[in-house]
Amino acid sequence: MSDTAVTTPAGGGREQQAAYLAPGHSFSTVTDKISSIVLTQKISLGWLLSLGVSASLAGLLFVSVGYLFVKGIGIWGNNIPVGWAFDITNFVWWIGIGHAGTLISAILLLLRQQWRTSINRFAEAMTLFAVACAGMFPLIHVGRPWLAYWLMPIPNTMGMWPQFRSPLIWDVFAVSTYATVSLLFWYVGLIPDLATLRDRTPSKLGRVIYGIFALGWRGSAMHWHRYETAYLLLAGLATPLVVSVHTVVSFDFAVSVVPGWHTTVFPPYFVAGAIYSGFAMVLTLSIPIRAIYGLQDFITMKHLNVMAKVMLATGLIVAYGYSIEAFMAWYSGNHYERFMMLNRMTGPYWWAYWGLILTNVLIPQLLWFKRCRTNVVVLWCLSIVINVGMWLERFVIIVTSLHRDFLPSSWGMYSPSFWDWATYIGTIGLFLTLLLLFLRFLPMISIFEMRTMVPAARVEGRKH
Amino acid sequence: MEHAQTYGLVAEFESPTALVQAAHKAREAGFRKMDAYSPMPIEELHEALGLPQTKLPFIVLCGGAIGALAGYGLEYWASTIAYPFNIGGRPLHSWPSFIVPAFETTILFSALAAVLGMILLNGLPMPYHPVFNAKRFAMASRDRFFLCIESGDPKFHQTETRRFLESLGPREVNDVER
Repeated sequence: MSDTAVTTPAGGGREQQAAYLAPGHSFSTVTDKISSIVLTQKISLGWLLSLGVSASLAGLLFVSVGYLFVKGIGIWGNNIPVGWAFDITNFVWWIGIGHAGTLISAILLLLRQQWRTSINRFAEAMTLFAVACAGMFPLIHVGRPWLAYWLMPIPNTMGMWPQFRSPLIWDVFAVSTYATVSLLFWYVGLIPDLATLRDRTPSKLGRVIYGIFALGWRGSAMHWHRYETAYLLLAGLATPLVVSVHTVVSFDFAVSVVPGWHTTVFPPYFVAGAIYSGFAMVLTLSIPIRAIYGLQDFITMKHLNVMAKVMLATGLIVAYGYSIEAFMAWYSGNHYERFMMLNRMTGPYWWAYWGLILTNVLIPQLLWFKRCRTNVVVLWCLSIVINVGMWLERFVIIVTSLHRDFLPSSWGMYSPSFWDWATYIGTIGLFLTLLLLFLRFLPMISIFEMRTMVPAARVEGRKH
Repeated sequence: MEHAQTYGLVAEFESPTALVQAAHKAREAGFRKMDAYSPMPIEELHEALGLPQTKLPFIVLCGGAIGALAGYGLEYWASTIAYPFNIGGRPLHSWPSFIVPAFETTILFSALAAVLGMILLNGLPMPYHPVFNAKRFAMASRDRFFLCIESGDPKFHQTETRRFLESLGPREVNDVER
């Protein structure tokens, strides 16, 4: 199927549906195509090689964390004044990436954007794995990770309770709720598809395992009614949640007094940045996946085009955030704020700041051009550039703000150690390992929702 | 009872439209104890079968209310009674700070109520159900649409109900053994 065949002009509901699913598909072809990736396709050499590489990198993570537990966080480049560095940069980067998954699955569901259907499952999986990587960083950063349970409100013999006035505790609640709700949302979405796999798998073991997780789903009308209600409610709950999570992450900075952190623009600008980086990651992953698994009928050029537009829009909000940061630093007349901004632009970390402007603001302007949005290679490269840019953004915010604050006598420099890099690259390995296993053992596209996109899914005759 | 061995009769259709029309006709014919099975949600089916609205939204509301009270209550109790601590001279009951975790617990409890409520109201997990015995029922999770009239229905009759179902234009009609 050529990509041009599916770009019908936007029209009424049905024309739009057709454009997001290549013509000629029926309930059975949709089911068979998606489930065959899990059930009948042989494990390919490419998949095994990718898994080998990612699992080795994940192994590097385990070595890094093991060594960290033995030696303490002195193995990192963190110091005083730069007490937060790669760890928190990576935490915010990963959790931001996760946000696109929830946006696609929840917010676009509420907005009735049908194009979400073919990417939501896989974006939700991306969310889960990104949150898993993110959650690790604050835990290993506490220095004595075996005491990390002190963050939770658990009755203990010391009679101590968490400090609920601290944004760091808000973060514990926000991120753990986010992880739980993302998992629930993803699992609920999977139940009918697990039933499909249970009914179609040729292997007995598969039937038992998929059967257990399908909970005996049989597609009864009343079940579907409750299911749809629950799914819609979950979407309604996940929407304010996802906004709150990155808001709370930004509070970790904004509630403090450090120049460069103490800014009211942080919550909206962090949320926009999260969506920006998340869509970049969805594109980074979905462009190769659709090529490798031949899913161009389901993830069409139109999907990529729409995602590119979301990136362009959120990227502009982020660019606005940067300019307001700079403007307010000057306009506030605050000496420290002004110095912070100048130091970002011309201080020892100037390369990070201008790298950020280049990768996050200037290069993504190519997305204005349709030729860039519809060229998968260009789009993929742009998504990588934005991933790098969003990582630099967090690095700039965290490190350049901390390394020179109010007192010149307490200024310092930060440079990452080998273990900083090893831990970061290790989480990328863990993320890709989990993703590859997901692609192999679970349907990466929601089968039952794709069935609703088939033209025959519309009930004719009676009005409702 | 006459139909002790059968759970009911199941008719197989090839499209959602056919299933919805069949469900309408079956309801008009006076059948009440029936269920439809489809590979994806069909909005019109719910009305065609005359099914009740679910109580789930109310359960979720209760979950959210409990979450809000529990979260805020925990914060209040921990910060003012169990472990009072002066942080920068702020009052022990620093309600603006307490809103954030309470908001998160509200969402958490509502989401758990939505998922557990949906699963439990649906009577899941239920690995065994008689309808799985029906011939070709595995297609209900692929591309076929089933209407099952259960033997518990007062109007159910092994041969007449079969004839009725056959009049609806199904692909085939099969017995569902218990």
